[in-house]
Amino acid sequence: MINQSYRLFSPKQIRTDLIEEKLKENEVIIRPTYLSICAADQRYYTGNRSKEALKNKLPMALIHEAVGEIIYDPKGEYKPKTKVVLIPNTPTTKDDIIKENYRQGSYFKSSGYDGFMQNLVYINRNRIIPYKNIQDKIAVLLELMSVAMNALEHFNHYSHLRKQTIGVWGNGNLGFVTSLILKKTFPNATIIVFGTTEEKLRYFGFADQTYTISDIPENLTVDHAFECVGGPNAESAINQIIDYINPEGSIALLGVSENKIPINTRIILEKGLTVLGNSRSGYEDFEAAINFLNNYPEAKDYLNNIISSEIVVKSVNDIHKAFKEDQNNEFKTIMKWEI
Amino acid sequence: MIYAEILAGGSGTRMGNTDLPKQFMMLGSKPIIIHTIEQFFISGKFDKILVCCPSKWLTYANDLIEKYFPQKSNIILVAGGSDRNETIMNGCKYIEKNFGLKDDDIIVTHDAVRPFITQKIIENNIETCKKFGATDTVISAIDTIVESKNNDTISNIPKRDTMYQGQTPQSFKIKELMTLYNELNKEEKQVLTDACKIYILKNKTVKLVPGEVFNIKITTMHDLKIANAILMERTK
Repeated sequence: MINQSYRLFSPKQIRTDLIEEKLKENEVIIRPTYLSICAADQRYYTGNRSKEALKNKLPMALIHEAVGEIIYDPKGEYKPKTKVVLIPNTPTTKDDIIKENYRQGSYFKSSGYDGFMQNLVYINRNRIIPYKNIQDKIAVLLELMSVAMNALEHFNHYSHLRKQTIGVWGNGNLGFVTSLILKKTFPNATIIVFGTTEEKLRYFGFADQTYTISDIPENLTVDHAFECVGGPNAESAINQIIDYINPEGSIALLGVSENKIPINTRIILEKGLTVLGNSRSGYEDFEAAINFLNNYPEAKDYLNNIISSEIVVKSVNDIHKAFKEDQNNEFKTIMKWEI
Repeated sequence: MIYAEILAGGSGTRMGNTDLPKQFMMLGSKPIIIHTIEQFFISGKFDKILVCCPSKWLTYANDLIEKYFPQKSNIILVAGGSDRNETIMNGCKYIEKNFGLKDDDIIVTHDAVRPFITQKIIENNIETCKKFGATDTVISAIDTIVESKNNDTISNIPKRDTMYQGQTPQSFKIKELMTLYNELNKEEKQVLTDACKIYILKNKTVKLVPGEVFNIKITTMHDLKIANAILMERTK
């Protein structure tokens, strides 16, 4: 069967590759309906990755946040038009202890392997989850939510029980979703969001308090913290967390940085802090994200507020338009995939 | 009901010395026609998929279809006619005889040798045909079109931005297509090179549907070489 993959082959250059697909055992065929641009995609698109990374990973179809509809299931388990969310992480081994997104050998769509920017996606049936009662344009944010769910599970497992005040550093997409999930999960805790832009912080209406990072009250402390900043600013964010967190608190790191970051280990030791690394997500985290939206339907309204642009994509030119638009957007750019 | 009709009437005369009709030649790991049928098969939008091919190749085509579509179910082989339009009509008559015809029944006709068709093109054909009754899949003309009435000197160079290159599918409300075709006289039928021209001769509207540059027709050995060169294996 012939498929079209819209591959980035050098920064800002996308071509249509015609691929001969072979439907493997247990695979289904999906037509993507909505795709969402992540900062990681944007870094590839604009060439803000090391020359080595670009050389090793391109050409490659971008995008790992997607929902779609079943077009063909050779086993007939799923009816055509069934709405599903696509899971970008693909484990190749089984392990009862280590989560699939941390396992050696797991591969990830749009990181060395084609992402979802294709006409059809051939995917193992254990990498899709059907959803109902969620608008597609909200469901496309499930991957982002699943990343927060993965961090939340980790946090629940390792952090101490006093959770009166939780700080979230970062007023971007991940900071928004993480703080929203924390507020609903710990309704009695005070959720404080720390960001750089007052205008963006106004979107966090559900949070108990918000502060710009240059204007934090001196006596303020948090029991635990989530870092959702990443990039070059992750350094100052993590060090600020170390200053404001209470002893024996947990710091969940979620932001990806291209370079190594110096952090104040002396205070980490003095306060007995726990630093939790978090990356990506797996099947269970997607399930948790869907359950979250079912349990807290009002969360869908909040999520709707962070869709800055919806671009209808009918051609490669429209893909460029979406990526360009995303560079100026405050929050998410989603693509209605009609190519 | 929505029907697909894959036109595999080619005898292979333009393919050089080979006797094997072009639609049965290999593209990647499968015959061209199989790639084409697969797109229609997985779309799930067709009640029946008719595959029209020359009588002497029916058994061969049947073997291929049984091999690649063991479940087969809605794929039907029909003998082609003396030319393209007669082949389309054979399909329509088969439908009329075996399933009956309603006013809204649609047929999406497609060249077997255009295997790079997309789901979007198929969907657009169906939706547009439902609304307007007849569609032609086209792309904007890339080259300047030059008209020569005496095959020697230029008689006209039409404005390029009003020129399009016709691809397939071409889709029609079956009843109307049959009626219009049957109203044509023998001479009119002889000059038809394209099913949409039936509508033009009868002053009927045919709506354009955007095709794709890569939705190429594999007609010559050169085309086949290009098609095999642009088709990639999935390596990641």
